[in-house]
Amino acid sequence: MPMRISVLTLVALTLAAPVWAQGHGYMPADIENGGLLYQANCTACHGPDGDGVPGINLGNGKFRRGTSDDEIAKIILGGVPGTAMPPNSFSESQAGTIVAYLRSLATSPAGGPTIPGDTRRGRTLFEGKGRCVSCHSVAGIGGRTGPSLTEIGSSRRAGDLQRALLDPSADIRSDSRQVRAVMRDGATITGRLLNQDTYTLQLMDSSGRLRLLDKATLKEITILKESPMPSYKDTLDAQELADVVAYLRSLRGRP
Amino acid sequence: MTRLRHVTKPQWLRRGRLLHVIVACGVLVVVGTTALRAQVTFDRILRGDTDKQDWLTYSGSPTGQRHSPLTQITPDNVKNLELQWVFQVRSLEKFEATPLVVDGVMYTVQAPNDVIALDAATGRVFWVYPYIPSPLSRLCCGRVNRGLAILENTLYMATIDGHLLAIDAKTGGLVWNVTVSGARAEAGYSFTTAPLIVKDKVIIGTAGGEYGIRGFLAAFDAKTGREAWRFHTIAGPGEKGTETWAGESWKIGGGSIWVTGTYDRDLNLTYWGIGNPGPDWNGDVRAGDNLYSDSVVALDVDTGQLKWHFQFTPHDVYDYDSVQVPVLADISWQDSMRKVMLFANRNGLFYVLDRTTGQFLLGKPFTKVTWNSGLDDKGRPQNMVPLTEDGVLVYPGVQGATNWYSPSFSPRTGLFYVPTWVNTYSTFTKRPVEYKEGQRYTGALPAMPIRLLTPGPAINRRRPEEGSGAIQAIDPKTGVKKWEYAMSDVVDAGVLTTASDVVFSGGREGYVFALDARTGTMLWKANVGGPASNGPMTYAVGGRQYVAFAAGNAMFVYALKQ
Repeated sequence: MPMRISVLTLVALTLAAPVWAQGHGYMPADIENGGLLYQANCTACHGPDGDGVPGINLGNGKFRRGTSDDEIAKIILGGVPGTAMPPNSFSESQAGTIVAYLRSLATSPAGGPTIPGDTRRGRTLFEGKGRCVSCHSVAGIGGRTGPSLTEIGSSRRAGDLQRALLDPSADIRSDSRQVRAVMRDGATITGRLLNQDTYTLQLMDSSGRLRLLDKATLKEITILKESPMPSYKDTLDAQELADVVAYLRSLRGRP
Repeated sequence: MTRLRHVTKPQWLRRGRLLHVIVACGVLVVVGTTALRAQVTFDRILRGDTDKQDWLTYSGSPTGQRHSPLTQITPDNVKNLELQWVFQVRSLEKFEATPLVVDGVMYTVQAPNDVIALDAATGRVFWVYPYIPSPLSRLCCGRVNRGLAILENTLYMATIDGHLLAIDAKTGGLVWNVTVSGARAEAGYSFTTAPLIVKDKVIIGTAGGEYGIRGFLAAFDAKTGREAWRFHTIAGPGEKGTETWAGESWKIGGGSIWVTGTYDRDLNLTYWGIGNPGPDWNGDVRAGDNLYSDSVVALDVDTGQLKWHFQFTPHDVYDYDSVQVPVLADISWQDSMRKVMLFANRNGLFYVLDRTTGQFLLGKPFTKVTWNSGLDDKGRPQNMVPLTEDGVLVYPGVQGATNWYSPSFSPRTGLFYVPTWVNTYSTFTKRPVEYKEGQRYTGALPAMPIRLLTPGPAINRRRPEEGSGAIQAIDPKTGVKKWEYAMSDVVDAGVLTTASDVVFSGGREGYVFALDARTGTMLWKANVGGPASNGPMTYAVGGRQYVAFAAGNAMFVYALKQ
């Protein structure tokens, strides 16, 4: 029972996250854009939680060399001479979105399991009871309808992972959006939205095929607001959740 | 000229035979023609609206209409356009320059500040003038340049580190390089705009509105680079409008200029759009209307004296720069011809002003607008939405309903064509901000669901309610939209119209295209693989019409199949 309460509390915190984001001026997409840049460029040193460099914790909102958004953005752009922090070629706007992401790290619920997880048990759950591999791949093994998780531990915090497991539709990243296209003859194609323009739609369908659809042949296009991923709120108990999160956190793209 | 004088010596005629005379006359004609055509006089620039060969100034003519009299490419045959050549730049910055074409030679800028001369029919490079700007330059939005100006045989380029250069159009050699007074790169002053030539002057304005500059427009003698006059876009002590700035906020009030203005020869006025006040997203320190930020100003071109101004967004807190090209047109207005200015503003409203007096004639939203509740009879917005520390959602978003990319006016259709961000929004949040020289002086970066333009391939996974793009055709007499060409993604490209009723433009999703100017019907498109990012332009060489687009990190030039 205590475990159940813990899970519900986390669900409530998850639902509160977007409210915070709007309330302080950074919309989810802004944070997401900054997060993608951060994950692609910064996690190698700073880690997904921002605490990868000894003595520095970007994730708690305290910065040694700046306080304002502009000051932090300037450090991102210009680096810190005499340290391993290099200058970067982001635009200032891009640097601004990274700041937005770092701010969100500090204020959004860090969350994550409150009990230690076991990586080995987590892998067993991931491949067995959770049936995660039916949609997600790790090191090339598994399904493709969901995002690859081979490097997920390098980019997502424990709290992010736990929230995604409990309430997958609460915050669907744009690279995980699903689209449903209805052809003029009524046939329906559903898949992961990859790109679109005025004339075409690019998606990966449920069989893993990359497809380009001519919008002129479609009578309906809907970007879904519900994730096809099931919630594990009632499937995994708190220990199992902690184990799966621990396993996902261990996935860093290296054998 | 030496050869010209030589062949005209009388002894030539006395000594030579008839054949010699004929040959001499031939040389005279060839040399004379070359010398004559190489001279880009101001009169020639003024006639840009009727020039069926060249593109001599940023918008094609000083009216800013970006309308060409060329008619070889028509709605019927535009489907036969064929790629002629591609010019790839070395730079990974955004390619925002509109090229010039003079007598078969194209001049453009490889960002940030390399000047390049190419053969306009083949794309082969004649020369490159490399320029390495100071690394101290502060640019809010990329190390970009929007193009050159030309007068006689000299090209003019303003640089991102505060210099104005004159370059020999034949050799690519430097003629002069002046440091513009007060334009300190380390303090955020920069030049990204293409200069405007008026008479014997080169006019430029300074960018840097995100760094606490005090903006200005300045005219320079084209021969010497000596400054002739300067107009401060932020009114200071002793100047009209200084009362619209609290305390000493005018000293760092912004008011940048980063898009080329226009000129009316009959009125002898030059018109320029002015950028946002600083700090951008917190107006507490600058109580008042903040003149002349977010305004268009009309200046006497000989003296720089202000004749009139119109402010679109008083005390702006949304970053609605009014730097858009002030397009000059003579249209029938309430049954009589009137000299007007057409202005589709970043704030989401389309305006018609009397350009003789600055009188407000019309103002209507051309996309969703929520930052005000309407305009009064003077054109002043009412009930502007204040920013709060909790954030407010406002349409249009921080990138505006349109931006620096050029609109176009076709005298044939009477329509005004506007690249539009449709129903885009941002959350604006008020945060404390402090001025430090060389640092951004803005406040909290507003959030929006659309990424800023980068030269690489565009990925669009947005929902329709998160905003889209369009080319809109607006009837200036009513402000009513005549047609709209809707795009899935937003647009960062200008619009070109031609006297054959073709509209050329492009979009972020990587297409360049042609539309029917009267209906908006798609006539032709090509996927060039990167966001279209400058104003398309057209020219002719050897009787063949070409159309040039920049997209991604390259320029693509098309002509009809032969």
